[in-house]
Amino acid sequence: MAMNPTVEHAAEIERPAPRSGVRSAIVDFCRRRTLGALGAAVIVLMLTVATFAEFLAPYDPVANNFGAMLSAPSRGHWLGTDSFGRDVLSRLIYGSRTALMVGFGASVLGATLGAILGVGGAYFAGKIDLVLQRIMDIFLSFPLIILALALVAILGNTIPNLIIAIMIPMIPRCALVIRSSALSIREMPYVDAARAAGFSHARIIMRHMLPNVMAPYLIMLTAFLGQAILLEASLSFLGLGVQEPLAAWGLMLRGAAVEFAETAPWLAIFPGLAISLAVFAFNLFGDSLRDALDPRLRTQ
Amino acid sequence: MSAVRGAEDRHGSAAAARAMEGVGGHVGAPHEMDTILDVRDLVKHFHVTTGFFGSATAIVRAVDGVSFSIRRGETLGLVGESGCGKTTTGRCILQLEKPTSGQVIFEGQDLTKLDVAELRRVRRKIQVIFQDPYSSLNPRMTVGQIVAEPMAVHGIVPEARRRHDRVRELLSRVGLLPQHANRYPHELSGGQRQRVGIARALAMEPSLIVCDEPVSALDVSIQAQIINLLEDLQSEFGLTYLFVAHDLAVVRHISDRVAVMYLGKIVEIADRQTVYEDPRHPYTRALLSAVPIPDPVLEESRERVVLRGEVPSPLNPPSGCVFHPRCPIAVDRCRGEVPPLRTLGPAHEAACHLA
Repeated sequence: MAMNPTVEHAAEIERPAPRSGVRSAIVDFCRRRTLGALGAAVIVLMLTVATFAEFLAPYDPVANNFGAMLSAPSRGHWLGTDSFGRDVLSRLIYGSRTALMVGFGASVLGATLGAILGVGGAYFAGKIDLVLQRIMDIFLSFPLIILALALVAILGNTIPNLIIAIMIPMIPRCALVIRSSALSIREMPYVDAARAAGFSHARIIMRHMLPNVMAPYLIMLTAFLGQAILLEASLSFLGLGVQEPLAAWGLMLRGAAVEFAETAPWLAIFPGLAISLAVFAFNLFGDSLRDALDPRLRTQ
Repeated sequence: MSAVRGAEDRHGSAAAARAMEGVGGHVGAPHEMDTILDVRDLVKHFHVTTGFFGSATAIVRAVDGVSFSIRRGETLGLVGESGCGKTTTGRCILQLEKPTSGQVIFEGQDLTKLDVAELRRVRRKIQVIFQDPYSSLNPRMTVGQIVAEPMAVHGIVPEARRRHDRVRELLSRVGLLPQHANRYPHELSGGQRQRVGIARALAMEPSLIVCDEPVSALDVSIQAQIINLLEDLQSEFGLTYLFVAHDLAVVRHISDRVAVMYLGKIVEIADRQTVYEDPRHPYTRALLSAVPIPDPVLEESRERVVLRGEVPSPLNPPSGCVFHPRCPIAVDRCRGEVPPLRTLGPAHEAACHLA
């Protein structure tokens, strides 16, 4: 950051809590981590598209048009139509809504619960920590997709259940990472000060420890977002996720897309691209965010 | 040295004034022997696992039978080398560590026996100031939030508006500006942060403050300011300090009585004058002789007792007197027999067979 004499001076005089740093931090991020900024741009685009799906989609995503079944990309249907004559672009646009809803829902919930369990374990230590860790180990021994599959099979495949099913395998993964950084926070004198002040365990965990593991939390969150979107697509592809006629990217890849892969490749190509792009964007952004938040990697 | 002397006088008369008016709400004329804290035979052992599979455990005797008491309104200095257990003693008093055995009796209550809710109430009365001003404040909270939080939690100042004023009052009292309340800790200097730590402790309206090396991480010029602040606050609020430090000059300046620790044990305890002018334990003598005299002529002729060897590991302390392997005057008896703290004079005790 460039030296700014007026700001330096202002530090000694009265001034409100610092805010000006946010904008320069964003500019800095874009300049220094171009790929991450690119990822962020794609994410913003996805968010916009998902929010304004009604206005952006040229067709109703569930309306059949039997006169235009399996038509190739054209001026009328930019990305073609599927075997029911539904517009692929419209379904992609609405699908981003499903992807983001499940992705954000699952990763925010999973990372948050994981963070609370991780910090709680680190704070209480001893037997509580030991029991928590062993439970986490049990969950960790299942591959992500298998555990999610089993959970959907048990819970049934509505969107809220899908979120739960994707969230649960993420909890132990996040708890593991957050716990390790919470262990060092636990030894900080300010946590001792809070204990000496007679604060409740909940207050110490929520107010004094959780805010200080924000960096790994945000990183896990963005990393899981991509994974959650992929997982949702996989579950839908396997027939255990979102159900027809709802629009979802994974769902668009199965059934007719497989059947007509040679004659109508656009059915598979575009949803596949959308999934790849979304996951790629979240991973790029997550990686850059991790670097940006790590003071050891911060140059100058 | 004259500046220090002057401060001692001021300090002494302040202590007398406190004794006259009766402090901390105890209006019923507490006499000299009003004990606020009584530590009895405090032991803290840490278990460490050694060996490849962590199968063998060893015991670190961090604190090994420490007893002392502090009178209301006085400052007890606790000195010793790093690793002698002085910080652990402080942490046991604060109940941040659970003592292995022994009692910590604060205002008549044994803290080691209290349940969580009772302890929470007592904690308000015992506060702590830490050594490292950089890690003792939560980096995600503003100074105002840090100071206000204990007042809100304990209902000391329940109304948010009054609390806001009280925070600014406290900040001014410790030598900060009211505007500092909006700052984050990383925007302050080390000395300023330490003042915030003091304000946070004061917010609880404590009667005892454990100062765990509160100035050893600061510049010398800042040290003096903080020490003076601590003294002023003591006379103003009738505070009692347990002052843990390794800096002998600082301890001499601020303490009424001094306890010297070595390898988890108190080797000598007496009022300040006696410890510094008539030390009886050979370890205390060696420690004091290591202090340079700020006068080149006197410094030249200063007699030094240089100890041989290193401090033994608390994992495996020597038999008998723990100091005997390094003691210049040790005799056979010291190897076999643990010397108890013996009374050598009025309020002067030392743990040495030969003292």
